[in-house]
Parts: sequence; C-alpha cells; structure tokens
Amino acid sequence: MKIVGRNLLRKEGMKKVSGKAQYIDDFSFPGMIYGRTIRSSIPCGEVAAIEFKFDKKGFTTLDYRDIPGKNVVALIEDDQPCLVEKKVQHQEEPILLLAHPDREKLLQAEVKISYKQETPIFDFEKSPKVFKKILIEKGDLQVGFAESDLILEGEYRTGHQEHLYIETNGVIAIPENGGITIYGSMQCPYYVHKALKVLLNLPDEKVRVIHVETGGAFGGKEEYPSMIACHAALLAVKSGKPVKMIYDRAEDMAATTKRHPGIIRHKTGVRKNGELTAVEIDFLLDGGAYATLSAVVLSRGAIHAAGPYFCENIQITARVVMTNTPPNGAFRGFGAPQTQFAMESQMDRMAEALSLDPVKIREKNVLKKGLTTATGQVMEDDCSALTVLQEAVKRSDYYRKVRTYKGTNKGIGLSLVFHGSGFTGSGEVYLASKAALELTKNGARILVSSTEIGQGTRTMLAQIVAETMGIHYEQVEVQEADTNLVPNSGPTVASRTCMIIGKLLQRCAEEMREKLGKKSPKEYLKKYGPLVITKQYEKPPEIEWDDEHYQGAAYGTYGYECSIAEIEVNPIIYGIRVNRVTTAVDVGKAIHPILAKGQIEGGMVQGLGYALLEQVEMKDGKMTNSQLTNYIIPTTCDTPILDVVLLEKSYRHGPFGAKGLAELPLDGAAPAVVNALRILGHDIRELPAAPERVLESLLSRSNIDQRALSIGR
Amino acid sequence: MRAALSTLKFLEAGSLSHAFKIMKTHPGIMPTAGCTDIYVSLNFGTLKVREFLNLWGLSELRKIQMKGDYLSIGSLATYTQIIHSDSVKKWIPMLIQASSSIGGMQIQNRGTLGGNIGNGSPAGDTLPVLAAAEAVVVLGSTEGIRRISFNMFYTGYRKNAMNPEELILSVEIPRIKSQQWYRKVGTRAAQAISKIVMAAVLSKDPEEQQDPRRIRIAFGSLAPTVIRAFRTETALAENGNITEAQKTLLSEIQPIDDIRSTALYRQTVAANLLAEWWGKVSPRSLIKS
Repeated sequence: MKIVGRNLLRKEGMKKVSGKAQYIDDFSFPGMIYGRTIRSSIPCGEVAAIEFKFDKKGFTTLDYRDIPGKNVVALIEDDQPCLVEKKVQHQEEPILLLAHPDREKLLQAEVKISYKQETPIFDFEKSPKVFKKILIEKGDLQVGFAESDLILEGEYRTGHQEHLYIETNGVIAIPENGGITIYGSMQCPYYVHKALKVLLNLPDEKVRVIHVETGGAFGGKEEYPSMIACHAALLAVKSGKPVKMIYDRAEDMAATTKRHPGIIRHKTGVRKNGELTAVEIDFLLDGGAYATLSAVVLSRGAIHAAGPYFCENIQITARVVMTNTPPNGAFRGFGAPQTQFAMESQMDRMAEALSLDPVKIREKNVLKKGLTTATGQVMEDDCSALTVLQEAVKRSDYYRKVRTYKGTNKGIGLSLVFHGSGFTGSGEVYLASKAALELTKNGARILVSSTEIGQGTRTMLAQIVAETMGIHYEQVEVQEADTNLVPNSGPTVASRTCMIIGKLLQRCAEEMREKLGKKSPKEYLKKYGPLVITKQYEKPPEIEWDDEHYQGAAYGTYGYECSIAEIEVNPIIYGIRVNRVTTAVDVGKAIHPILAKGQIEGGMVQGLGYALLEQVEMKDGKMTNSQLTNYIIPTTCDTPILDVVLLEKSYRHGPFGAKGLAELPLDGAAPAVVNALRILGHDIRELPAAPERVLESLLSRSNIDQRALSIGR
Repeated sequence: MRAALSTLKFLEAGSLSHAFKIMKTHPGIMPTAGCTDIYVSLNFGTLKVREFLNLWGLSELRKIQMKGDYLSIGSLATYTQIIHSDSVKKWIPMLIQASSSIGGMQIQNRGTLGGNIGNGSPAGDTLPVLAAAEAVVVLGSTEGIRRISFNMFYTGYRKNAMNPEELILSVEIPRIKSQQWYRKVGTRAAQAISKIVMAAVLSKDPEEQQDPRRIRIAFGSLAPTVIRAFRTETALAENGNITEAQKTLLSEIQPIDDIRSTALYRQTVAANLLAEWWGKVSPRSLIKS
C-alpha cells in the first residue's frame, strides 16, 4: 500500500501550527451580539421570583416562554428542558438568556432569582429514580459458584472526570432564510440539527449546522453543543441578530457534562488454577439530573464489565439513576473505564489470593476465537486479547522487572482491556449512516458529517479514499461538515469514524474508481457531468443483536489493549510517580501510525489523570474546583515514558482491516496503575488513587506500621 | 462568573510617594504587582475589589541588595529575578528553591515576593522560608517607614498587621549560619498549589549551640496562616528525639480538609517531612553537647 499506513501530513496541520486555523471565537459576523446564560444557584426546587437588577434597554432577554417549539434538548428521552420553566433539578441549570452587543455590559447585568428549595438527592446509591436498567445473563451463576474453589468479592468506586478540552464550548447562531444557521465547536452536527428542529419547530431545510475547527472534545462535545446552540438560536431568533456564546472555563467546567461516577460490585468464583467459574457484577452509575446519554453509557459499561475474558456463568446487573447534579454525559470510554477498572482490579486480587501470576490468570481466561463474551458473541479471528497481553509482557521485560522491583518502592502492574468499535447493539443499524464522495476536477471530495476534533478524521479518511481510488493523497479534499452539504454519517463518537465511516467511504471510492475506469476525473466530468456516490451502512449478516435480552454481537468487533505501568511510591509524601507505561494495542490496521500512536499516548495521559489526579469536588451539588488552578490534570512533568506497540489483527469489515482505537487507553490506564500499587501493598479500590488514598490504605492495612499510625491518628 | 474588567479602576503610581498618597486617599484600593493571584480570582468572579493601584513601574522596589548584615529583597522582585540572583543564592538558597517551585515560567516572570506576602495565602510557597529565616517586612506609607517581624505579620486567615494605607516595600533577611531546607508537596509534579510546604534551618555553628533559636521550622498549608512550629523547635533543641518532636508538631498545627487534600494526609506528611529533614541534618554530636 502506498498511502494507507504512511505518516502523511495532516490535512489541516499547517493551518493549526501556523495559527491560521479559525476556531469559533475567531469568527465574527456583521451586527453580531453576545449571549449569556443565567443559571440556577440551588440544586433542587422551584423558581419563585425573578428580578432584573439592571436596565434592560439594549438587552435581549428571554425565558422558556420564548421557545417556539418544544422546550427540550432533543436527544434520546427528551427529558431535559432547554430552559427551566419552574422546576430546578441541578445547580447551574439554565433559566434565562441575555444578549447584548457589549460583552462587558452583559457581565455586569445582575439577575436575582429566588427559589422555593427542596431536598436534593446527592447520594446515588439512595436515588429512587432509575433512568435505565440492564440485565445480562449467561449460564447459571449458582452452578458456577458451586464449581469454584474461591469466591472473592469486591467493591470499586470511580469519580467524575472533566474533559478539559483546550477550547471551551462555543457557538454562533445566525437567523437567516427564515430559519437558523449555527457555527460551532462540536462532534455531531446532526445532533445539533435535530435539537434545533424540535426547539424552533422548523423543517429540516431551515436549520443549518456548520462545524468549525474544534479544539478538543473527548465526548464533551457530543451532546452538550445542542444545549448551547439551542440557547444561542433562541437569542438570535428573538434579537434578529447573529449571537455568539462562548463559555469561559469556570462556566464550562461547572455547567457541562462529566464522566459518570460509578460503583461496581463484584463477586467472582474461581478455581485454584485461576479459571473463572462465575462472574457476578452489579454496576451503578450516577446519571445526574436528566437522562441525556446515560442509558447508552450504562449499556457500554455493562457489556464491557466482565472484561476480555471467557466465563460460562455471568450475570451483570446495571442501572443508572438520577441525582440533583449537572447531567453526566459522554466521555471517551463511555462507561467502560469504570467497569474495566473494577474487573481488572478484581483479576489481580484473585491472582493474589490464589498466589498466581497476574499474567497467567489472564492467559487462562482470555477470550479467543470461538469463545463467547458475556452477551454470547462468538469471537472471531481478529480477537487478540492474548496477543496484546504477550506482546506487552515481552516488550516491557515484565518478569525481570517484577523480580528487580521486589522489596523496593517500585511496582509494576498490568491491565488487559477491550473496547467495542462502533455503536452498541443495533445502534449502527438505527443510525443508518451515509457517506458520500464527490468527483472533483483534481480527484475527489469527501462528504461526511464526521468531524475533525483533533484526532485526525480528515487525514485518515482521505488516506482511505486515495488508497482505494489509486490517486494521490493531495487529490482528496474533505468538505467541512455542513448539514447543507454533507449527508448524515452519524455522530463522531464511539471509536466508529475510522471503522464505520472509513468503510463507507472505501465503498464509495471503489465504485468511483470503477466508474472512472481509465478516464481522468476531468475527462469524466466533461463527458458525464457531476458524480456523487453515496453509500449507506449495511449490517454484516453475521452481526445479530437482541436488544431486549442483551444477547448476541454487541459490536462488530473489538480493539484490545494491554498496558503495563511501572510506578514508584514516595514513602514520605505517598506520591505516585509513573515512570513508564508499555502499551500493546490491536487496532486492526493503523491507517496513519503517528496519529494512531498519538491517540494512544494522549489517551494514556488522560487515563493517568483519571487514575491518579482528577477529582471533581462537589458541594451542595455544585463543582467547587471549576478552574484550572484546582482541577488537576497531568502536565508533561507528570507524563511517563510511553512505549506504544501497534498490532494489526485485521477486521474483515473494517477499511483495510481497521478497528476503533482511541478509547482503549482510558479503559486500561487506571487499572494498570492501581494494580501496580496493589503489588506494593496499597489495595486501592477507588479512583483517583491520590496520595491521600495511598495513606489511608497504609493505615488500614493489617500489618500496620505503628509509627505511621501513631503519627497519623 | 468572571468580573467585568471594564468596571475596574486601575490607578498608576508614578513614584513611591505618589503611591503612598493614592493609598491614603483611596480607602479599599488594592495594590497590585504581577497580578498572578488577582487575575485568577477575577476570572473566577470571587474578588470583590474594584479599584487597584499598579505598582509594577516602581523599579526602586525591585532591587535585591546586601545592606550591611542583611539581604534586602524589594517587594516587586519577581521569582525569576530571585532565582537568578547571586546574592540570594549565597544568602538564602531555600528561597530559590521555593521560587522555582511556583507556577511556570510565565508566572515566575510576573509574580513577586511582595505579592506572595500581601496575598497571604496559607499555601504561599515562599512564606515558610521567610518565617524560618526570621525575615523582617519593611512597610511604608505617608506616615513613614516601619519594620515588622515576619513571624508577627499574619494575624489570621488572610489577615495581616498592615495598616490599610501601607505598602510592602521590601523584606530584610538576616544572615542564617545554618543549613537550609525546603520541601513543597504539590498536587502534581509542577504548576501546582501546595498541599504542604516546609522550610527549616539548623545551625551548625558551635557558637550558637546554646541558642534555642538554632532550630527553626515553618510550615505552610497546615493552619490558617503560615506557622512557625515553635514548640517542635524547642522539643528538638532540648533532646533531639524525633518521635517526641513529631507528637509536639501534631499538637501545634491545625490542618483541615479542603479541595486540595485532607487533614489526615497533611498531618501525617508534615510529621514525615519533619523526620526526613531531621534524619538528614541532625548532628548527633551537636545534640549530645
């Protein structure tokens, strides 16, 4: 292959490094004014009175009564209002909107809202409201436990995580052509399109959504842009002017979505030789105040809960519940980081209890061709759990390090994870994504709604098209995602862009190549006129999924990753230093190896933040550390040596064999680090594994260091 | 929500005497230098002050110089200046360690020693150094100049002994004939606010062996203000028993749970840091004599 597998220049690389790339706050339109959201300052209750403590002259102000259509942010359940009518369900909930030509005047405007307060629900274990429940059953748990030599239980907890994309959420809404046009930083233009149609009661063609260069997203710009776009659109419609809304960092952190906190309880039956006989998992997620995407986050988390392992008898019960906190949402990994942290911790605890090697217990149980997952999906040729495990063990020189680190303050731990590529279950069938390829004088233009959000969408898709058509990479252009110009290729999420959209484009390119024959694009256009080829997702016949019973092929395929973390614990300050992480990942095919490695490295550092540092502090349902000063993510100084090995076990329905990859490191980072800590004697079952938790684990150990205890208490 | 910057008044001091006059005639005005703390709180919407006095142009407050038997560091000396100063390196190297641990290069270029003192956060990174060094703060106003011992400077959480119209002019650091020690425990490897800061000095000068002040220990982030652990110092000076000293330390600090750490962690690590330092510096022979 000439183009796929090569490290070509990013399509927008020069623009980005030279500062020419235009992000949403760089845009301006004639007559543009600025919008601001007035938010709730209580977690639960009712709005009693609103008092404007400023001169409203020159301002556009509006509330829910100005909404022409339905007062919802249309997504799955349509339960989240765009603006509060009476009932407040969480802190920072939008109640009113203001706009003014002068940003400074906008910041000075004071609105006093009084409330009738009600008792909020913060403890999600005690929440009476369940958004979604899932049950996955395989075999017979009782038989499994009866066959076991050891039954081990464990409870694991994970906290919120903030995406912290560099560019905060922002959009510009322009009232035009009897409808609305939105420019914005986002992952999913058609989600925004759908939400605006419902809110403004407009037909398809009156709503136009245009994606502009986006400074990071990580799931944080999957569903939230619909909310901010709805707000800007309402202000634009009422004022008749273009309206720009850009959140500052504090507003973005306090008001927008986070990773769902979770509690995962395991009860596992295992034989002396390490073979799993029964896996019972109870998985609980905190959804926040509205359903938003929680049901699907729960679904992915539950399906991944038993890890890349085979067991005859599995039961996974899962539920996501309501609390009076800002809704939690999509975040890279989407439920799987929570459950696989728990499973991988449980695997190491079983190895420890049985005096088995953590590698051997995994080798004994890994999924292989012919074996079935928790939902009964039969593994095929590209199942590479064992391959990535063995590669990482070899590459990291694992066994030698286990020996040399013994008795020191250094530890080495591993995790083995998988991640389904594409939407869960029948998701891809429902999405029925379309991608198109247009013939140009010089080559071809890609027409998809899949967005470039820093991960390399444009570059990677252009490589697939160029390779397939047998033309140069430079001959392929990528149309900016604009709902007036591109078909709905679905959301840019779920490790699906390369595998699903890349495949659709490959099919378009194959047909285009055939149509062209020996003609050049120019000759073809002259003779036959314009040519656009559109392809729609077609479900491979062997992918069968039963949504009601959670049985069958949950995903077309899975990516696999083994991460080995080498850490060091400072005995004086209990600080954890990660010195090196070796990661072996099966990506099917690395279309652009540098970008692929970049995704794994970046994800690994984000995962290390989740593992060790990141903690959202909540008080009365409000994030109190919503600023970079106190929400701590890793810097370069905290970043270890990252050794990434890309393995390519081709998936037959992926473009050139490619699978999804960028969520894997979020699944694998935390358990690898926590397992390394466990080997050093710190049995930590809650993320982040901060120094404070290392100290607590030390104090609660049976072989307590008396001096540390006397000092500590 | 972020403050509307257009509503802020920013006065410029042409000279030091001008600055004194403005301080006197504008009650409630906040003197500023590098603004590294002010911008954070304006951005977060927590700073209610609306009138500021810009001192940045007063270069006479930026000097670092030897004045007889002490080192004078101007209140506007930036961390970058301190890090690169030969006099500071010779006289009080632990201040260089503290300054290097603050923020990144951009913050070090703007942040000043006077600002760290004036802001008065219990987590201020240079403050334990000044406490252990027994520095003197020089204050000025239209009424004249006065000196106050740094260890008497803070009166409560972000409260100090300054009169409202006074400005911090400089800090005077007496000679320390001792080994200096500085440790910062932050929330990550760099660019972090401290969870605990410790500075300590121990004199090895035989002439000072009877002086109870030969051991001086200060901590940040363990109480509403930076503190000197006076009773711990005495305990160590008396018998050098570290276990006893750790117990004493725990009785004289009041750490809290906050967004950066827990009280349990802070007290345990403070005791550990004390032991680490003592293990490295304690001269057994000196203790016996």
